[in-house]
Amino acid sequence: MISEDTIEYVAALAKLKLEEDQKEKTIEDLNRILTYIDTMNELDTDGIEPMSHAFELKNVFREDVVTNEEDTEALLANAPVKKDGCFVVPKTVET
Amino acid sequence: MKVYETVIGLEVHVELATKTKIFCGCSTKFGGAPNTHCCPVCTGMPGTLPVLNKKVVEYAMAAGLALGCKITQKCKFDRKNYFYPDLPKAYQVSQLYLPICRDGGIEIETPAGKKRIGIHEIHMEEDAGKLVHDPWEDVTLVDYNRCGVPLIEIVSEPDMRSAQEVIAYLEKLKLILQYLGVSDCKMQEGSLRADINLSVREMGAKEFGTRTEMKNMNSFKAIARAVEGERKRQIELLEEGRKVIQETRRWDDNKDMSFAMRSKEDAQDYRYFPEPDLVPVEISDEWLEEIRSRQPELRDEKMVRYEKEYGIPAYDAAIITESKRMADLFEQATQLCGKPKEVSNWLMVETMRLMKETQTEPEDLTVSPKKLAALILLVEKGTINRTVAKKVYEKIFLEDVDPEEYVTQNGLGMVQDDSLLRSTAEAVLADNPQSVADYKGGKVKAMGYLVGQTMRAMKGKADPARVNEIIQALLSKQ
Amino acid sequence: MEITKWSARELSDKIKAGDISVSEAVEAQLAQIEKKDAAYNCYTRVLPEEARKRAKEVQRRIDSGELENSPLAGVPIAIKDNICTKGILTTCSSRMLKDFKPPYDAAVIERLNAAGAVIIGKLNMDEFAMGSTTETSWFGPTKNPWDITRVPGGSSGGAAAAVAAGEAFLALGSDTGGSIRQPSSFCGVTGIKPTYGTVSRYGLIAYASSLDQIGPIARTAEDCAAALDVISGADKRDSTCISQESYAYSEALTQDIKGMRIGIPSGYLGEGLDREVEQGILKAADVLASLGAVVEEFDLKAVDYAIPAYYVIASAEASSNLSRYDGVKYGWRIPEYEDLQDVYLGTRSKGFGSEVKRRMMIGAFVLSSGYYDAYYNKALKVKALIKQGFDEAFRAYDCILGPAAPTTAMKLGESLSDPLKMYLGDIYTVSVNLAGLPGISVPCGLDSRGLPIGMQLIGRAFGEKDILRAAYAYERTREYMFAPCTE
Repeated sequence: MISEDTIEYVAALAKLKLEEDQKEKTIEDLNRILTYIDTMNELDTDGIEPMSHAFELKNVFREDVVTNEEDTEALLANAPVKKDGCFVVPKTVET
Repeated sequence: MKVYETVIGLEVHVELATKTKIFCGCSTKFGGAPNTHCCPVCTGMPGTLPVLNKKVVEYAMAAGLALGCKITQKCKFDRKNYFYPDLPKAYQVSQLYLPICRDGGIEIETPAGKKRIGIHEIHMEEDAGKLVHDPWEDVTLVDYNRCGVPLIEIVSEPDMRSAQEVIAYLEKLKLILQYLGVSDCKMQEGSLRADINLSVREMGAKEFGTRTEMKNMNSFKAIARAVEGERKRQIELLEEGRKVIQETRRWDDNKDMSFAMRSKEDAQDYRYFPEPDLVPVEISDEWLEEIRSRQPELRDEKMVRYEKEYGIPAYDAAIITESKRMADLFEQATQLCGKPKEVSNWLMVETMRLMKETQTEPEDLTVSPKKLAALILLVEKGTINRTVAKKVYEKIFLEDVDPEEYVTQNGLGMVQDDSLLRSTAEAVLADNPQSVADYKGGKVKAMGYLVGQTMRAMKGKADPARVNEIIQALLSKQ
Repeated sequence: MEITKWSARELSDKIKAGDISVSEAVEAQLAQIEKKDAAYNCYTRVLPEEARKRAKEVQRRIDSGELENSPLAGVPIAIKDNICTKGILTTCSSRMLKDFKPPYDAAVIERLNAAGAVIIGKLNMDEFAMGSTTETSWFGPTKNPWDITRVPGGSSGGAAAAVAAGEAFLALGSDTGGSIRQPSSFCGVTGIKPTYGTVSRYGLIAYASSLDQIGPIARTAEDCAAALDVISGADKRDSTCISQESYAYSEALTQDIKGMRIGIPSGYLGEGLDREVEQGILKAADVLASLGAVVEEFDLKAVDYAIPAYYVIASAEASSNLSRYDGVKYGWRIPEYEDLQDVYLGTRSKGFGSEVKRRMMIGAFVLSSGYYDAYYNKALKVKALIKQGFDEAFRAYDCILGPAAPTTAMKLGESLSDPLKMYLGDIYTVSVNLAGLPGISVPCGLDSRGLPIGMQLIGRAFGEKDILRAAYAYERTREYMFAPCTE
């Protein structure tokens, strides 16, 4: 079962802030969902290879050729804050 | 005090010398205005997808082979998830579960002889962007030009025991990668960076001590000082009966000490999982063989060959092959002028001197083999003498000028006109009767003085051997 | 008959024959949207100016004969709002992207433009395609044209409702766990999720990358085939595209399904399935049998565990895919903040709705240190077994028949309070995404409340032509049933 500590840890990983009044409901929902998810364990998967891609594709490459042109304006068009051709964030403490 | 042993492992990040980024067709060129070498893919715009640059795989394979690794013939990419503004997707595409190379190693020279440093693995990944603190406002500017530049991360075993071994390992690694042509390894441009994992333990202890990590060191000198500083710090802690905390530290080279990086709000839980947007890489035996057959001659082989093929001293061969750029310069210039020993001399003496004076790294040498060869031929043909040649070399070392044109335009060619040489020499003899008398009186040294004066009068543009002959002839007549 | 009730193929044929101009078609469509959309809220944005301008261009290309072979020449088409349209808002129905204008077109948009389709607007959806009701949209819920008190399904609810209400001839949706098929079923329209890798995902804003596929929603299987003819095909920008020999789906449409082997998984019937829906499916099975198909029940292995595996995999990928929305490069940023952590936490907590946040938390949890093997890796193994189960089934059958959803459309508001109940509604659809297979939802009658029932036909990998043919043969036996509101 997920505890309050776990929820806070997971929220921190996902960079989400849990409001106090939502915490209990969130824990309850997630526990119900995870309990249900645990039914997977009824299925014997010994010796089964985990499958990331449904189809076996391999070796899809591009050649090492420059195809992109400069378009800083378009890239920055959606930025919430920008300056001197850069995206802007509050000062970071370490780099 | 107890005797301690330092245990060091390195994670070396090397930017590959591909023309384009790892997952998109943006240029990897260094520099440029912010966010000009970027596209929707490398800035992580919604809906964009990565497509792997084949050259990255080939370079990683080449590096792995040269570093004695086993190549993982079925490898794939994983996502490493964390939030930071230099990482636009908030995950870095990297390799955790099946890195492309494993189990290699290289030999380094130590005062105690040869030593093998194991390489645990090499994996491919994408570089992050750059954060710049705005000088005017209290904000940070984000530039994604470097974001998506391909990297290989070379993870060593904890086999090093001193700063000297660390530097020897890095020097060797750098040479191998440069010779392979997979990276320019310019530390000042960040294309070779090292994270240092360091712990200390009592000599003879079997267990490792608690290690710390120092990130993104980008000069050999800083690395050596950081190893020394961190070793001392850890020993002091243990001597005081305190514990080393496992953490990431930042080396401040100005203050000559390391600082704990503010523990981030985030736990170090990267939630790796297989990258669903990329398909596995399967390296066939044929492909591997093709890369193996294309491996260029590396430093050790080259050194032996230079000695044998070009007859230059072993010492010179060692110095010249210490950088790929220098070796290329030697070989190409030799091919053009056919004078290996001359080329070697120019590199060993004048080039080294000028590099030292101008603080130039071999990778940044701009003098071309063609110009060096041309200069050597100018001396050989007697167009200029060695003294003038040195001046011309200085010019072509520093600037983009053609030696032949420079000599012509500045009238530096030697005077071939014997009558002018003779009349000049006659004037010198007339002006220096004492020296003439000395010579005649048996002081052979006076001859040198007279030749020197004549050369000076000729502003150096004469062949000293010829001047010597002419003066000798004039004196014998007198 | 009203123009907006024509099928896309009919419209295109008439446009090419000169019976009607592209501009007239566009105007008719805009008028219908104007008339209906206040009630149903299918669109996040209608594009009258762009569409009118494009109509003239397309008309010229049609007149010059350039679009002779395009099945969609001149057809207005609506696009789910998670498919990028250059310079046109693409919001994923999220506050986070409410002002986002992509600097590029998705691959499918390029293909539609090349084929002379006219994009008429962007469609409402569950936020970031997470949901089965279109109620999690930042722009408010879409309502079911068959009953305005009910949901249209989701997440492509805007798409299915628009097609059902005559507000679109054809729409593109996306399907990660049933998001095309389930709303199609709820709204009485036909929607197909192609085999993973058939349609380029370039420009589709990712929910779960290993499961997402774009597909069409229309009123007929024929229109779906026509849309697939246009949008499918390999794309250098999507490494997971799988090149096929033929993308000519329309050519495969014949009414002949004699001898086609159709299996119904026994586990799909009975418990958990609404009785009326079951009846509808069995009746449809009889129709298919009467057309010469061999229909029988069989046991489909491992599918019982599809929902847990799906929610683990989809949530894990989503938690990673949606981490990029951090208020730095694009999208919404919380107006007040002190430092970087404020920007991250504030933007993400207020920019995303609760269902999206829930899935990101589940995803972060199942990937977190110590849980990866128990959850994520286990789910990937379950996925492998599900695929094996289907592989085995397709050795005996050409198609698998079942419901698209366990019920007909629910009342608005019913599912929001109970996320697990909503997840369980995906029981018949998610396994198809896990195995990468194609699936089509086809309307097969109404329940006693007058709500559409949808049957689902699942095909083998790249077996779109089989299921389209079965769907086409089936729909030829009956008249298309318009929602009462279109009368």
